[in-house]
Amino acid sequence: MKRINTPLEQNKISSLKAGDELLLSGTIYTARDQAHKRLAQALKKGAHLPIELKKAVIYYCGPTQRPKGRIIGSCGPTTSLRMDAFTPLLLSKGLRAMIGKGKRSQEVKNAIRKHKAVYFVTYAGCGALLAGCVKKAHTVAYGDLGPEAILKLEVKDFPLIVAVDSAGRSIYGED
Amino acid sequence: MRRISSLKIKKAATELARRANFLLRKDVLASLRKAYAGEKNKRAKNILKAILDNAAIAAKEKLAICQDTGMPVVFCQVGQGVSISGDLKAAINKGVEQGYKKYCLRNSIIRDPLSRGACGFSPCVIHTDIVKGNKIKLILLPKGFGCENKSQSKMFRPTASVEEVKGFIVDAVKSAGSDACPPYVVGVGIGGTADYASLLAKKALLRKISGKGSRLEQELLKRINKTGIGPMGLGGQNTALAVHIEKYPTHIAGLPVSVNISCHALRSASVVL
Repeated sequence: MKRINTPLEQNKISSLKAGDELLLSGTIYTARDQAHKRLAQALKKGAHLPIELKKAVIYYCGPTQRPKGRIIGSCGPTTSLRMDAFTPLLLSKGLRAMIGKGKRSQEVKNAIRKHKAVYFVTYAGCGALLAGCVKKAHTVAYGDLGPEAILKLEVKDFPLIVAVDSAGRSIYGED
Repeated sequence: MRRISSLKIKKAATELARRANFLLRKDVLASLRKAYAGEKNKRAKNILKAILDNAAIAAKEKLAICQDTGMPVVFCQVGQGVSISGDLKAAINKGVEQGYKKYCLRNSIIRDPLSRGACGFSPCVIHTDIVKGNKIKLILLPKGFGCENKSQSKMFRPTASVEEVKGFIVDAVKSAGSDACPPYVVGVGIGGTADYASLLAKKALLRKISGKGSRLEQELLKRINKTGIGPMGLGGQNTALAVHIEKYPTHIAGLPVSVNISCHALRSASVVL
């Protein structure tokens, strides 16, 4: 199985094709609905962002509470399409990769192609399994959002499938 | 009258939160194992393997099967011969909330659907039914919203053909597509009123997956699996594990149909007090 590390440099992303399976190691940030809304509002106002978007990998995930003695609770992907309205803006500010589940809109696929980014999917509904790939986790922003806060995760061999590659090709085909 | 204390109900609800979220239902597990054994698409088979591994890890390590521990939906069947001391609904809400806290599940519930606000663990959606007997049955169904968002309802004309109804059900699954964690269990409610059909669709998810089912259920399952959506929507023979249809008499002027889809992590647990 192919392995890849963050930061995701352009040459690494360009080599990925829709359908490729790989294992990711490095730093990723969780962000889901409300965090996206706040990031987009901050960008529109020109305010400072709590995370560096340049070359960033965002994981659409809201984990459970952290059980005592564990790094993180169950932490699988949430439905990506709910983030579609915010994604082109984040991609234009340097976001490099996203991890979620399910299809993306045509606008998002176009933006992925334009900015040479990539969209991955991971095992959906497998949050207990994926928790094992997380080696460090801490809240970096929007703690008041509870499970929707932005967490910085260090992951090791996190399983991914390329769903939309940097050429805009989708594993789900055209529809 | 048999007396049951609200404290006993509360404790039972706490325990249901643990069982429902850590231990995948035996019938769901058996159905997933069967799907894994029969799946010919290599990627789909790998995904089904991950789903089975996930269930084993969740049970062993006491982790939630899915981070979306759902909106807790509680079906409460109260026997006519029972007298409850204390507040039944408060006991259920408190019990589930304590369980969700104790077992580190997710605080996915916001107080106001419009202004949103802080996240909490409760309240549950509670459906109470008065039944014969002197016992109380509690069922907890943690319903994740990836799949709840794909629910569909339609008020058909009473002259609509069965074929139109079948098409609506298959289309609802197609429209859920890759988003709601297939392979699905498809709950369908037909008849009653708009709200009652929706409740039947949800209740249909509680029925044990037996691999048998009515002729209509079997036919729909075949049609859904022929779509080729497959696990994670990446192709394969297993788009749904089962189709469960619940029917009820309805009015001469209508034909309500509701579809409630569950992801592969169909979780529920029950207890009789």
